[in-house]
Amino acid sequence: MGRAVIEIENLSKDYPFGFLNLKKKTSLEGLTMQVEEGEVFGFLGPNGAGKSTTIKLLVGLIFPTAGTARILGKPISDVEMHRDIGYLPEQPYFYDYLTAAELLDYFARIHELSASDRRERVPKMLKKVGLETAGKIQLRKYSKGMLQRVGLAQAILHDPKVVILDEPMSGLDPVGRREARDIILELKRAGKTVLFSTHILSDAEMLCDRVGVIVGGKLRGVGAPDEIVGMKAHGMEILFEYSGGCTDAGALLSKATRTGNRYRMQVGEEEVYATLDQLGRLGAKILSVSQVKASLEEYFMHLVEADRAQATAVEVSGK
Amino acid sequence: MSRVGVVAWNTFREAVRDRVLYNLVFFALLMMAAAILVGQISIGIEQIVIVTLGLSAISVIGSLIAVFIGVGLVSKEMDKRTLYALLAKPVRRWEFLLGKFGGLLLTLAVNTAAMAAGLFAALAYVKHPLVRSDAVVLVAVYFVLLKLALVVALALLFSCYTTPLLAILFTAGLYVSGMFVTEMRGFHSEAMSPALQTFLRWLSYLLPNFENFDVMGRAAHGEAIPGSLVLANTAYAAVYCVILLTAAAAIFSKRNLK
Repeated sequence: MGRAVIEIENLSKDYPFGFLNLKKKTSLEGLTMQVEEGEVFGFLGPNGAGKSTTIKLLVGLIFPTAGTARILGKPISDVEMHRDIGYLPEQPYFYDYLTAAELLDYFARIHELSASDRRERVPKMLKKVGLETAGKIQLRKYSKGMLQRVGLAQAILHDPKVVILDEPMSGLDPVGRREARDIILELKRAGKTVLFSTHILSDAEMLCDRVGVIVGGKLRGVGAPDEIVGMKAHGMEILFEYSGGCTDAGALLSKATRTGNRYRMQVGEEEVYATLDQLGRLGAKILSVSQVKASLEEYFMHLVEADRAQATAVEVSGK
Repeated sequence: MSRVGVVAWNTFREAVRDRVLYNLVFFALLMMAAAILVGQISIGIEQIVIVTLGLSAISVIGSLIAVFIGVGLVSKEMDKRTLYALLAKPVRRWEFLLGKFGGLLLTLAVNTAAMAAGLFAALAYVKHPLVRSDAVVLVAVYFVLLKLALVVALALLFSCYTTPLLAILFTAGLYVSGMFVTEMRGFHSEAMSPALQTFLRWLSYLLPNFENFDVMGRAAHGEAIPGSLVLANTAYAAVYCVILLTAAAAIFSKRNLK
């Protein structure tokens, strides 16, 4: 196990609301987790689950009601911690009277980069996010996707050790998403620690060493994507070709999904050899046999539905 | 450049790019028209008319900028969420506030200096040559700038915890009240209870005293302004601004950015 770079202990956040702020809404409840050095950690959850709240707590935009968190060993209340982190806000918006190059230069000055570093890094970052030709255009003329790219550039401008990205793929077209994924992988290769929130599960499956699933303000599962969905893995899938002719085939083929001459069939692990025998007798050509694992999406939906069911039960019992 | 300086310079750049300084065109036209008109219709009171008009315009235009831009210094950044990326960087919240304050003050200083140049140009047109005693107008302009610094600090304080509309009302309300602190201090009425009179007296000391900075009459008549008043007003504005900015920083440092 690597060194914990982000350590979160029992972190909670309540928002007061209503007349005189007497009521409270819990956005995050007792979150405890760690992100290790050099890993890409995906923070998954539906809208309103508490992903952005957690990230805002980590970067000091809001303050916890309870609990603590440390990044690179420093408490999140320590402004010095911000030197080593990069942050992309959700749906970022920047000073629209500046050009992208001016904005990056501004943030580079905030990070106290030297003039020569600024001259080198600003064009380099613009190039990295595909904005080298748009660097001198004011941000008020940028599309949502272009702003997202600028956001990515400012997050990694100062070569931070930890990069925290809130919905980095949001608003990006397929090319932009691919480039964002490449940047995250490049950061990983450079030994950076990346924490990003998303509800695009395919991105998480593709990029993350580990994911944490948060639903209703509570962490419901943490682990490698394979591991956590593996808890629900079951069955085998047989892919075969069959051109017909055998009258006994009907019962068996009714269990399969057909695409042209190809059939796809899911069976339990204990039935696999018997089914293969039957298919062999029918003259079917076996193309592949593979283990069926629940996808991250299925796992995610399972948690979300369980949370909804729980919430409904509480509501009913409250009535 | 320190982080405060970087934020201040960016705030100034924002004001320039948002065409805040375009008001100078209006001021220039006003001064030109006044100079030509005064030269034709008044005899012997050209200086009084030009200086009074010029200083009033500097004060009104500056106050409008201070209030309307001042109340948006923080709230606009929160509404547009431009603050998020910045505060996730190694910037303390008080540094951000001080930078915003400094940036708007720099904008007002440049604006006021340009208007003062216009005022002197108009004065030179109607009353040539300028004499040494005309330098008192510069002191009056400096006092206007001190007053504007106080207005910006007030607007910034309210900007940290309330809506822009309420911040405008509070700032304008305190500005107007601050013009009448002497009356408030000496106000006596049979109908008022002693407790209310004491409250008003205390309140008059707590409110920012904008009357201190009004030397328009003296400047218009070319009367000298004592150095002690310059020092006292500078110290008063500085101390009051520090108190207001400290309060703003205390409030803002605990504010959740939703």
